[in-house]
Amino acid sequence: MGWRLLIGIALTLLRARLRQSIVAAASVMFGIAMFITLTGFMSGLNGLLDGLILDRTPHIRLYNEIKPIAVQPAQLADSSGHVFVGSIKPKEGLERIRNASAIMDALGNDARVEGVAPRVVAQVFFNVGTTELPGVVNGVDPLEEARLFRFKDYLVQGELRGMLQANSIVLGKTLAEKMLVDVGDVVQLTTARGERFLLKVVGLYQSGIADYDKVQCYASMQNTQKILGEPSNYITDIAVKLKDLDEAPEVAEEYRGTFGLDALDIRTANAQFETGTTVRNIISYATSIVLLVVAGFGIYNILNMMIYEKLDSIAILKATGFSGGDVRIIFIGLSLIIGISGGAVGLAAGLGLSVAIHHVPFTTQALPAVKTFPVDFSAHRYVIGIVFALITTYVAGFFPARKASRVDPVQIIRGK
Amino acid sequence: MSNGDPIIETRGIAKSFHDPVEVQVLKDVSFAMRRGEFVSIVGKSGCGKSTLLYILSTMDTDHAGDVLIDGESMTGLPGDRLARVRNEKIGFVFQFHYLLPEFTVLRNVMLPGLKLGLHTAAEVETRAMDRLRMLGIADQALKLANQLSGGQKQRVAIARALINDPLIIMGDEPTGNLDSHNSEIVFDIFRELSTERGQSLLVVTHDDDFAARTDRIIEMDDGRIVSA
Ligand SMILES: Nc1ncnc2c1ncn2[C@@H]1O[C@H](COP(=O)(O)OP(=O)(O)OP(=O)(O)O)[C@@H](O)[C@H]1O
Ligand SMILES: [Mg+2]
Repeated sequence: MGWRLLIGIALTLLRARLRQSIVAAASVMFGIAMFITLTGFMSGLNGLLDGLILDRTPHIRLYNEIKPIAVQPAQLADSSGHVFVGSIKPKEGLERIRNASAIMDALGNDARVEGVAPRVVAQVFFNVGTTELPGVVNGVDPLEEARLFRFKDYLVQGELRGMLQANSIVLGKTLAEKMLVDVGDVVQLTTARGERFLLKVVGLYQSGIADYDKVQCYASMQNTQKILGEPSNYITDIAVKLKDLDEAPEVAEEYRGTFGLDALDIRTANAQFETGTTVRNIISYATSIVLLVVAGFGIYNILNMMIYEKLDSIAILKATGFSGGDVRIIFIGLSLIIGISGGAVGLAAGLGLSVAIHHVPFTTQALPAVKTFPVDFSAHRYVIGIVFALITTYVAGFFPARKASRVDPVQIIRGK
Repeated sequence: MSNGDPIIETRGIAKSFHDPVEVQVLKDVSFAMRRGEFVSIVGKSGCGKSTLLYILSTMDTDHAGDVLIDGESMTGLPGDRLARVRNEKIGFVFQFHYLLPEFTVLRNVMLPGLKLGLHTAAEVETRAMDRLRMLGIADQALKLANQLSGGQKQRVAIARALINDPLIIMGDEPTGNLDSHNSEIVFDIFRELSTERGQSLLVVTHDDDFAARTDRIIEMDDGRIVSA
C-alpha cells in the first residue's frame, strides 16, 4: 500500500511535467541504445577478428623442432684437454613425431581437449611452364579440420569431400591465380626430393592473408604422405583444440613434459591479439558510460528543477503526514521510473539498431564466410544495459531526493 | 485517555531565532486545551502566533519546552513518528490553501487518508466525498486543484484536514484571505466539528468577530500568553 501510493504520487508528478520527463527518459534511452549497439557491434567485430586468427589457429601445436641437441658431444668429453668434433648436423627426419598415434590417443582421452587433428607439412615447388613457384602442402584430415578449425569457411571454391580423392589438392587462391588454374585443372609439383607429381585441383582456399594464400595449399594426409614418400604413420604436427582457450599455456607446458615435444600455445603465439580485443572493449564501454553519465546529469538537473518547483507540494505532503523517507522514495521512484522506461526503450532501440547493422552488407577478402557486419546479440549485454540505466538514474536521483526529503515545511509555508 | 485529559498541553515552550541576530520569539508558553474545545489565538502581528502553531503541529522541533499531544510527549520523537502523529491526529489548514496542483480535488483530499492506510482506497474515496459534500464542493471533486476559486480551495484544504478524523484541527488564519461570506461558511463548519463531532480546534485569527464567537481566546503579546 505505502509503496503503491508513493509511486502513484511520483507518476502524477511526472505526468505533470511530461515533456521534461520524456526528455530525461530519452537521454537514458539514447545512452542505453548506444551501449547495446556499440558493445554488440564491437563484440561482433572482436569475434570476427578472433575468427581471423584464433578460430583457425590450434590452441596448442605439438611438433619437433629441428635444432641442435642440447648436450653437445664436446661437453660430454673430459674438459681438461682439447676436443675436436667433426661437423655434427641435425639428423635427417627429426621433424617426424614418433609414436604419433599413441600420443593422439592420449590427447583424445584428455578431458580438457575438444579435438585433435594430425598434420603433415611438405615443402614443394609448383611447375608453371619453365618457372617454379614455392609452395607448402599441408596434409590434413579435412573433416576434422572443418570441425575444429573452420576449414570449410575458407574453402571458397570446391567441396571438402573432393579432398578425399586420391591425387587431389586445394590451392591457395592467390597461388591458383598466379598459375592461372581453376578447380578441375591439373597442376604439377616437385618435392624436395626431386620427385614429380600431377595433382588435380579440387578447391581453392582463401585465408585473406595474401602472403599465406600465395604459398599454402591443402591436401589429405594420405596424399601428402604419398608426395613425401612416407608411410601413413608419418605425422609432423599435431593440432590440439582445447575446450577452454585460456588453459592453453599450462596445458602446453604439461604436454611439453609428457610427450617430449615442442608445444606452442596460442596465447604465446598471438599475445598482441588479446590486447587489441581488450582495448576495443574498453573503448566501447567507456563511450557508453560517458553517454550514460551525461544522461545522469540530465536527470539530476531535471529532478533538481522539479524539486525546486515542487517545494510547496513537498511542504504540504510533509505537513499532512508524509515523512522525509516517503518524500525521498517519491523522488527516487520518479528517477527510477525515468530510468526503467528510458532503459527499456533503449534496449529495444539498441536491439533494433543492432539488427539493422547486422543487415548492412559487409564483405571482406579476409573472411569469405562473412556477408554482413557482425553483431553480437548475447543476452548478458541487455542485462548489463538495464542495470546501468538503473544505477545511473538511482545515483542521479539520490541527491535531489535527499534534498527533497530534507525540505523544512515550516520554512516553505512561512515563505508565502 | 479520559475526556478530561487535555488534547494539547505545552510546558514552558521557548524559541529563539539566531539569524541574523538572536531574537527570542516565544517565552515560556504554557497552556492546555480540552477535547472538543474551539480556541482562537489572537495577538499583534509578529508576536509569535504562527511560530507557536508550527511547534504545536510537530513540524518545528527546534525549541525548548515540551509539547504533549493526546497525552504523548513529542520531545525527541524521530521524524517518521512525528509525521505519523501529524497524519493521524492533526489536521492543518493554512492561510494559503496549499493544495497539490497536479492532483484532482478528490485526490488532494484522499492523500493523507491513503497515507494513513487504515481504510481501503475505495473507503478513503467515499470518506473524501462525504467531506467534500459537507463543505458544499462535492461537484468540484474531479477538477484539478488549481481550477478552483480561493474560497473553494480553502474548503478543499479543510476537507483534507478532516479526512482522518483528527483529534485536533489547527488553522493559521484560515479565513485570512476569504470574503466575509466564505469566512462565515468556514466558521460554521468549525463550529459544527467542535460541537457535533467533538473535535478540537485551535485557530489563529486576526478577525475579532471570528475570535469572539469561539469558546476561548488566547491572547499573545511579544512571545507570551497574556490572557487565556
Ligand atoms: N526564520 C526566521 N528567522 C528569524 N526570525 C523569524 C523567523 N521566522 C519568524 N521570525 C520572527 O519571529 C517573530 C514571530 O513570527 P510569527 O510568524 O510567529 O508571527 P505571527 O504572530 O504569526 O505574525 P502574523 O500575525 O503577522 O502572522 C517575528 O518577529 C518574525 O520576524
Ligand atoms: Mg503568522
